Amino acid sequence: MDAITRRRFLIASGVTAGAAATTLGLRELLATAGDRDPAAKTLVLITLYGGNDGLNTVIPYADPAYATARPDFAYQPEELLDLGEGEALNPGLPGLHQLFSQKRLAIVRGVGYPKPNRSHFQSMDIWQTAQPDRPGTTGWLGRWLDTAGGDPRLAVSFEPVLPPLLAGATSAGATVPGGELKLPAGVTPALLQQLGAPSAGESPASARAAACFGDLARVRDLISSAPLGEDDDDTPATATGGAAPPLDQQLALVARCIEAGVATRVYSVSLGGFDLHADGKDAQKALLSKVDKALTAFAGRVAGKGVVTAVYSEFGRRVHANASDGTDHGTASNVFLLGDGIRGGLHGEPPSLTDLDDGDLKFTLDFRDVYAMLLADVLGSDPEQVLDGWTGRLDVKA
Amino acid sequence: MTDRRLVTHLLRRLTFGPTAAEVDAAVRAGYEATLERLLRPVAPPSPPDLGAAPAPGDSREQRQAARKKQRDQVTTLVRWWLGRMAADGGAAEKLIFFWHGHWATSAQKVRSAQLMLTQQQTFRRYGSGDTGPLVRAMLRDPALILWLDGQKNTRKAPNENLAREVMELFTLGVGAYTEDDVKAGARVLTGWQIDRATGQARLVPKRHDDQPVTVLGRQVGNLDAYADLLVRHEAHLPFIVGRLWARYGGSGPAPAVPGRDTTTLLRGICLAPEFAATTGGLVKQPIEWVVGAVRQLGLTVEGTEPVLRALGQMPLRPPSVGGWPEGAAWLTTSSTLTRLRAGQKLAAKADVDGLAGADRLEALADLLALDGWTDRTRAALDGIRDPKKLLALGLASPEYAVH
Repeated sequence: MDAITRRRFLIASGVTAGAAATTLGLRELLATAGDRDPAAKTLVLITLYGGNDGLNTVIPYADPAYATARPDFAYQPEELLDLGEGEALNPGLPGLHQLFSQKRLAIVRGVGYPKPNRSHFQSMDIWQTAQPDRPGTTGWLGRWLDTAGGDPRLAVSFEPVLPPLLAGATSAGATVPGGELKLPAGVTPALLQQLGAPSAGESPASARAAACFGDLARVRDLISSAPLGEDDDDTPATATGGAAPPLDQQLALVARCIEAGVATRVYSVSLGGFDLHADGKDAQKALLSKVDKALTAFAGRVAGKGVVTAVYSEFGRRVHANASDGTDHGTASNVFLLGDGIRGGLHGEPPSLTDLDDGDLKFTLDFRDVYAMLLADVLGSDPEQVLDGWTGRLDVKA
Repeated sequence: MTDRRLVTHLLRRLTFGPTAAEVDAAVRAGYEATLERLLRPVAPPSPPDLGAAPAPGDSREQRQAARKKQRDQVTTLVRWWLGRMAADGGAAEKLIFFWHGHWATSAQKVRSAQLMLTQQQTFRRYGSGDTGPLVRAMLRDPALILWLDGQKNTRKAPNENLAREVMELFTLGVGAYTEDDVKAGARVLTGWQIDRATGQARLVPKRHDDQPVTVLGRQVGNLDAYADLLVRHEAHLPFIVGRLWARYGGSGPAPAVPGRDTTTLLRGICLAPEFAATTGGLVKQPIEWVVGAVRQLGLTVEGTEPVLRALGQMPLRPPSVGGWPEGAAWLTTSSTLTRLRAGQKLAAKADVDGLAGADRLEALADLLALDGWTDRTRAALDGIRDPKKLLALGLASPEYAVH
């Protein structure tokens, strides 16, 4: 396998093999309102960076092996949000629990891939490329964009850099920094356009630097991404976080675009900080609460608008807690699916807590089955074309 | 390529941005003599006085005061280091910056200026030599151990974080080891604890797994043996050369260079035929952009922290253990806007007497150690008479964003 390091992973997210990421202004995006087929659905993909502990998100409390493996992690029975079948949601997820009760939330268990990779960067690469054997340079939704005509406005991220999953072979999605732009005194759009022109003989890096001036000239309503001030010192500090606007802000922008009926079919949003090797229980609950509040508000706002939201992380955690009251990198985990046309409830087989693969859960459902469902049922495309001939597909149609 | 361009390229890559006088002197001395001068060992600077680490305190107010003091001490250290970078015309501080991004450790989780300084002192002591002593020292570096949960790694339940990243990101790269090696490596590193009072890491025997362990096919008995195994592994030197090439050379595959110590490897990179062809191929990291401008304009680093924060690169606060991104990831619309604003602030403080004449575009290129302007930028700057405005745009220009 290629020596893909975190650094290369990040480079790949800045520019792509096929095309550089376009930067759009919110206004430009909103100007596409009305350009879409009213029947077309929308996919919102939420990436939880760092490896969310799936066994403490959907908790198999009735399995005696759970309490044995994680004696200090267990919640009191009255704190748990029961799902049936001996499983319960983390107490940080009351909003999602209510959506589950209303049959709007599908919980797919045991999702993973063969020969699990426990490196954050490689496993995230596998999830984002959907190529577990040999992750390439294109993301699965980037390849979908290639087949859908390649207009960057169809696949949008509100993060500062394009996530690899939106990078295709011949096209790439767009990043949309939110907010208002004020140019510095004396800097005119005409000057930006001049500096943004390509010039013969310059290096690709210099050409890219120039192209940013062109983007800036077009994008009149953006701000610099929120500076990381001293304030963020108290947010859960782990070594694999991502620097994106808060999840609720990202989802509020998505909701605004959906309400305006813009052309975009795919949105990528994210939350980092789930790499909790030590003292994980409270920190994870706090992070899950953020997901819960943001997602519940979002689900209420876009209900009935043909929106499906999927939540995943690059891997779960080990079944057995480590002695630091944390959990080390593991394998299979849950995927949450939520929205119009999704049959709520528990799906897939929960992995055994005792029949383990080297201390880890054995996956029961290939993650490409979930992707195939999203490609076919939400994006109306041919999954085999995007997923290198993969034919499995999850059925969660309402 | 002319000798002048080649020497300027060398200076831009090995230092934090050469001044016009430094370029002139280097051109007179020649390429190889300049290379040797830049790589010459330097005495470590005397460290800043950070004061004692604040006691944690019992009440909420005391704890808040301690946290504030701790943050202020980190700020003191960051300012001191930025000042060192701006003062150094050689390759030393840039190499410390390289190692900081390589063993990327953040004060955000370590929460101790003293321990961040200790780690930097380790880079200063071992960073230009053979990687063996460096890896031995880093495996017992208190800041790194705290950052990657090593102090919670015990015999009863090994914590794999440090062992994994040591192999994946610091010494070998992905593909050179297995999951079993990660688990075995974690066992070797069990029991290393930080004594917060002394700021030292020490081995606590009852937490340590003293059974012999097989890592990478060899029996390993202790931390030093593990470190030595890593640096003798066939993947190690190519991995380090690849990382050096990515930051000093170009984006393509690294040339084969001889040697085991970092100074020799760097020399090999700068003497490789491929090196000359990489001009303009690397995107400056924000710290390189800011410190370079400060050096070339004869300013101080005072007041540059908000710029670094807005550009997304604060010293001692890398975003993850993988370090900062490289290349085009830094070239975004928001960073372009920030450079336009920061260019104005820097220009406002600078002496711009030389930028008023008919040759002002050439003078601006010399001031910023650029080989020249593209037709595009020349056309954009041509009508600008105000020297401050000209300098501000030169700093923000595409040509100055790369090196």
